[in-house]
Amino acid sequence: MTAPATAEALSVSPPATSRRRARDGWRRLARVGESTPATVGVLIILFWLAVAALAPLLAPYPPNATDLAALAHPTPSRAHWLGTDHLGRDLLSRLAWGARPVLVIAPLAVLGATALGCLLGLAAGYHRRWIDLVLTRACDIVLSFPVIILYMIILTTFGSSAWNIVGVLTLTKAPIIARIVRGMTLELREREYVAAAKMRGESALYIMLVEILPNARGPLIVDMCLRTGYNIIIIGVLGFLGIGLPPPDPDWGGMVKDTYGMMSVWPHMALVPCAAISSLVIGFNLLAVGLRELGLRD
Amino acid sequence: MTDAPLLEFRDVGIAYATRAGEVPVIPALSFRVSAGEAMGLVGESGCGKSTVALSIVRYLGRAGRLVRGRILFEGRDLATLDDEELRAVRGRRIAMVYQDPMASLNPVMTVGRQLMEVPMLHEGVGAATAHARAIEMLREVKLSDPEAVMARYPHQLSGGQQQRIVIAMALIAEPALLVMDEPTTGLDVTVEAAVLDLVRELRRRRRTAILFISHNLGTVVRVCDRIGVMYRGELVEEGSIRQIFTDPRHPYTRGLLDCLPVLGRDKRYAPLVPIPGQLEPALSRPPGCGFAARCIHVDRARCTSAPIPLLPRDGARGHRVACVRAAELAPWARRRAEGTAADAAVVSDPVISTQRLGKVYHARSGLFGAGRAAVRALRDVDVVAVRGQTLAIVGESGCGKSTLAKVLTGIEVATDGHVTLDGAEIGRLGVDGRSRELRRKLQMVFQNPDSTLNPSHTVGYAISRALRRLRDRAPADPSAGVARLLEVVKLAPQMAARKPRQLSGGEKQRVAIARALAGDPDVIVADEPVSALDVSVQATIVNLLAELQAARGTTLVFISHDLAVVRYLADHVAVMYLGAVVEFGRVASVFAPPYHPYTEALLSAVPVPDPDRQYARILLEGAVPRASERLRGCPFATRCPRKLGAVCDDTPPPVQRMPGGHRIACHIPTAELETLQTALVEPSREER
Amino acid sequence: MARFFAKHLAFLLLTLLVVSFLVFALSEFSPGAVARKELGAYATQEQVDLLTRQMGLDRPLPVRYAEYLGKAAAGDLGYSARFKLPVKDVIGKHLGNTALLAALAFACIVPLSMLLGIAAGMRESSRLDRAILLFSTVVASIPEFALGVFLASVFVVWLGWLPGTATLVAGGGWSVATQLVLPVAVIVLFDSGYVISMIRASMIEVMQRPYIRTAVLKGMPLRDVILRHAVRNAMINPITVIMLQINYLIAGVVVVETVFAYPGFGRMMLEAALFKDIALVEAGALVAVFVAVATNILGDLAYMVLDPRIRA
Repeated sequence: MTAPATAEALSVSPPATSRRRARDGWRRLARVGESTPATVGVLIILFWLAVAALAPLLAPYPPNATDLAALAHPTPSRAHWLGTDHLGRDLLSRLAWGARPVLVIAPLAVLGATALGCLLGLAAGYHRRWIDLVLTRACDIVLSFPVIILYMIILTTFGSSAWNIVGVLTLTKAPIIARIVRGMTLELREREYVAAAKMRGESALYIMLVEILPNARGPLIVDMCLRTGYNIIIIGVLGFLGIGLPPPDPDWGGMVKDTYGMMSVWPHMALVPCAAISSLVIGFNLLAVGLRELGLRD
Repeated sequence: MTDAPLLEFRDVGIAYATRAGEVPVIPALSFRVSAGEAMGLVGESGCGKSTVALSIVRYLGRAGRLVRGRILFEGRDLATLDDEELRAVRGRRIAMVYQDPMASLNPVMTVGRQLMEVPMLHEGVGAATAHARAIEMLREVKLSDPEAVMARYPHQLSGGQQQRIVIAMALIAEPALLVMDEPTTGLDVTVEAAVLDLVRELRRRRRTAILFISHNLGTVVRVCDRIGVMYRGELVEEGSIRQIFTDPRHPYTRGLLDCLPVLGRDKRYAPLVPIPGQLEPALSRPPGCGFAARCIHVDRARCTSAPIPLLPRDGARGHRVACVRAAELAPWARRRAEGTAADAAVVSDPVISTQRLGKVYHARSGLFGAGRAAVRALRDVDVVAVRGQTLAIVGESGCGKSTLAKVLTGIEVATDGHVTLDGAEIGRLGVDGRSRELRRKLQMVFQNPDSTLNPSHTVGYAISRALRRLRDRAPADPSAGVARLLEVVKLAPQMAARKPRQLSGGEKQRVAIARALAGDPDVIVADEPVSALDVSVQATIVNLLAELQAARGTTLVFISHDLAVVRYLADHVAVMYLGAVVEFGRVASVFAPPYHPYTEALLSAVPVPDPDRQYARILLEGAVPRASERLRGCPFATRCPRKLGAVCDDTPPPVQRMPGGHRIACHIPTAELETLQTALVEPSREER
Repeated sequence: MARFFAKHLAFLLLTLLVVSFLVFALSEFSPGAVARKELGAYATQEQVDLLTRQMGLDRPLPVRYAEYLGKAAAGDLGYSARFKLPVKDVIGKHLGNTALLAALAFACIVPLSMLLGIAAGMRESSRLDRAILLFSTVVASIPEFALGVFLASVFVVWLGWLPGTATLVAGGGWSVATQLVLPVAVIVLFDSGYVISMIRASMIEVMQRPYIRTAVLKGMPLRDVILRHAVRNAMINPITVIMLQINYLIAGVVVVETVFAYPGFGRMMLEAALFKDIALVEAGALVAVFVAVATNILGDLAYMVLDPRIRA
């Protein structure tokens, strides 16, 4: 695959087409309103995005500031609307600041995994032969390994940081997406328009990116929603197991880890972050359900 | 036949709920089927004929609704039946046979069990009795070795066998009415002929009434006594087979007959007349006649003001027409030989040809590719396409005709022999290895309108991209080039902004043709370009191809399973069977005796939409050899009705050459074949 | 059949080899780590180096890996630094506990998901379908630890009906059986949400197939159509996924085990990883991969049993 081919492949849509495409996209987005699950999902996601963006304004206290006075009565009060945790840190502030890492890491890892998965899947599905064999075997091996154990081994070996979590999530999710894309590519490569493109001498890269990939986007978008939700769960789980984002900055999973031992006395400390994670994941999953529904009606 | 109808539609209206509102698919429909009668319903896709079938068994889904009228079966209004009564009618009194038998059978249940279910359900008989009944029924549908068939799963049977199972399943409870919805669509022509013969025979024996729904006038003729023609959910004409085919009174019926290629027609002597315009969506139903917008006999004042009733014709019992001008129209005549165009000059200027072309696929199986099965898709294929003319390749599914198209276009490469284009060898050149000039010279039009255009790209992009890739110099103004090409295929330039999903099947196929024409090719290989289209659309595309050829001198390699279209369009024909060319020659000589025995069987099986020209079918028995077998003798020997003996199995048939380049690969001397065979096709010109 | 097993066995061995090597390389990635672990933070660098040499840890990775494999094949998986017991015994005990949890959960997940998935997919967009879809989406969206917290706050803190921990030691007035209720409930809810939506999707697709129409138009009651014609077809695609749940149930329930202090395999792996108990991590990873590939084979087998088209 040569450089000119790439340049050509990427500069294919004349301006008129891309404008039309943008309009198409908006129309499709506007249709989200036709599906109740999708609407609810989008509203939940927008709510948390707003919370994350406005965290400095919303949070009444710095997230790591301890209020020793509140320790005696950490339950919700006028000073602390959602109460404080076992160290007297304001839960509302920690919740708002804690929305940030989740909403950055999860989508970033999904984008990375989707990009990598699309490349691998397209190559395997389009070229078949040895590339396919090697890639599918490699994917099978990665997929057969229980991911949570893999995360434990990798993150305890290399240490845990936001970048490491993004990397681990990207690498472990890419094979799944590669498998989906490969399946779709195997089907799409037999379409007559692909043969027509070959007949006019298009490069393999052009065919993969311009003829095949756009027609795989529907299922991929739904999958990206589901996977973002799933990544949020994993980030929470890592925090909960103590191998997530390092303390003391607020991390929803870590907040549960620190406080669930005090459930019998102060259940609100664990309940609040649990509710936050759950609602955000529900948002993404409802959006996925809704998008699938809208797609079926086309 | 009794006078009380078995099935009666009384002013029935059916609507489907869609996002855009409720769509009246059937506005108002009335007809009757008497006991023991076979009635055909024909029409193009979207005319509502399948909705009619499903409404009879009250299976319209949640979106469909009976909005008016009554459907009476054996005098009872089907809408009033409760669940239990309905179940007693379904399967017991009314049975259905559908298109695509493979999909209609449960893939994880043996066909025996599926058959036995019916008597066990309706008659409460035990498994043993049901088993015996099923075996008996399988014998009746002429499946050999019924015991073994009972234990098979659907995927272990051929398409023809599957459809026999579905028919057996429908008839096992001895229903009063059999509804058949496109029962032979998708089957090979020889299999179709056998299934239709079976239906006819069973009907004679059992006196079951049949409602036969099809888009193919030729199949209806074989089975039915009466026929109804549907357009946009309405019955526009109804009558006996003879009335409809010899004296059609509705312009739409006439249009259908005029655009139908039949074996006796060819492009020079009896051009197809397409119906102008296209089917409008059911949402916008104008007052008056639904066909008015496309009708050449339209009289706006009378046709588009009030609803047109379906009225009986004077002096013709049972013939009803929904046309205000029915009595005024001139008598209809089957179009034959209008012009006297000169026969194409017998110049032989070969553009593209193959010599002993072979293609072997190695199917990899097993862990280390150990069990390699070689599939012989092409065996020693010799064909020639003459400049500016049409070479047609015909044969049934699996005969290798599509593989030949792929090798010619370079999507696959040959494993043996040669492909010569303008004297240059290209058989081993895959598309990637072909030069721009070579790609420009040879382009392709594909079969499936829904997959030929990329759904993500606009029409304009598809064509301008082809222009850029196939022309030496990119045109200065691509949109002008796109508009010019769209004009060539008779589409408006505004179409350039559309996406494929906004186009009809025929429009998509035209865009595909425009795309192939972008580089002004010398040769176009068209692989079944019209087989997925309705007849009226098919006629326009076939005519377009013929016109383009005449105007541009393009050579056409036309791959098809439809002998009537081939007869119409081709100059030369190659008949393929199991990867080999069994007969080749000019179209007139291939369609006249002497035939290769396979050609003869194929021709006899073609459904002819003309009650006066029904020939005895030559039924093929025996199994097609596996494509992986290395054949010693003639590929057709296992099924050949004229097989001589061991020589056919053991020795490759000699290629017998006759004047005019006609050749037949058969052990039977052509002179003998000629005396044995009768003409199966009306000669198109000599007769007049 | 023979070919099927040969193929899968080969893949099993290949996977075990690749994964064990990767884990081995990963865990012993930093030089001296093992010896440092053994000697503690206050040992001098010389002592660490000496022990490293004595243990033969300065030899090249492939050599040590080969040696490890040889020992493992002979049944010697090493000694756990965290539990002060042979690795074999540690794994055996925890795996047994996890198997109990997994078996109970699996026995609930399969019938529950089949029931709800089929009921929902039977008639798409019906009220029942919408309700089940919402239920499965929501429960699959709540992380196990959150589900654990929610359930515990109701049944332990508020109602006091159940114990909050499942140590498998009867005590504090709670029998082992009552201890198992909450962990099983969390796993079943979280996991069946996913399985229900799989079965539902497959069922919806099957119900649109022409052979279902054939069966209905035979005059068969809907109940029989579903039981005889739809269910088996609808289970073909999800069956491999269902079998893969065994994999999750054994190697993936670390969160639930942590929430309820359950002495299972997942928690053992977490402790081993945090404690850098390399011998235990390596052996545990091998066991996990073995379970994963074995359930894969089980899934393929089940698929073949259900679908006669594959058997040919």
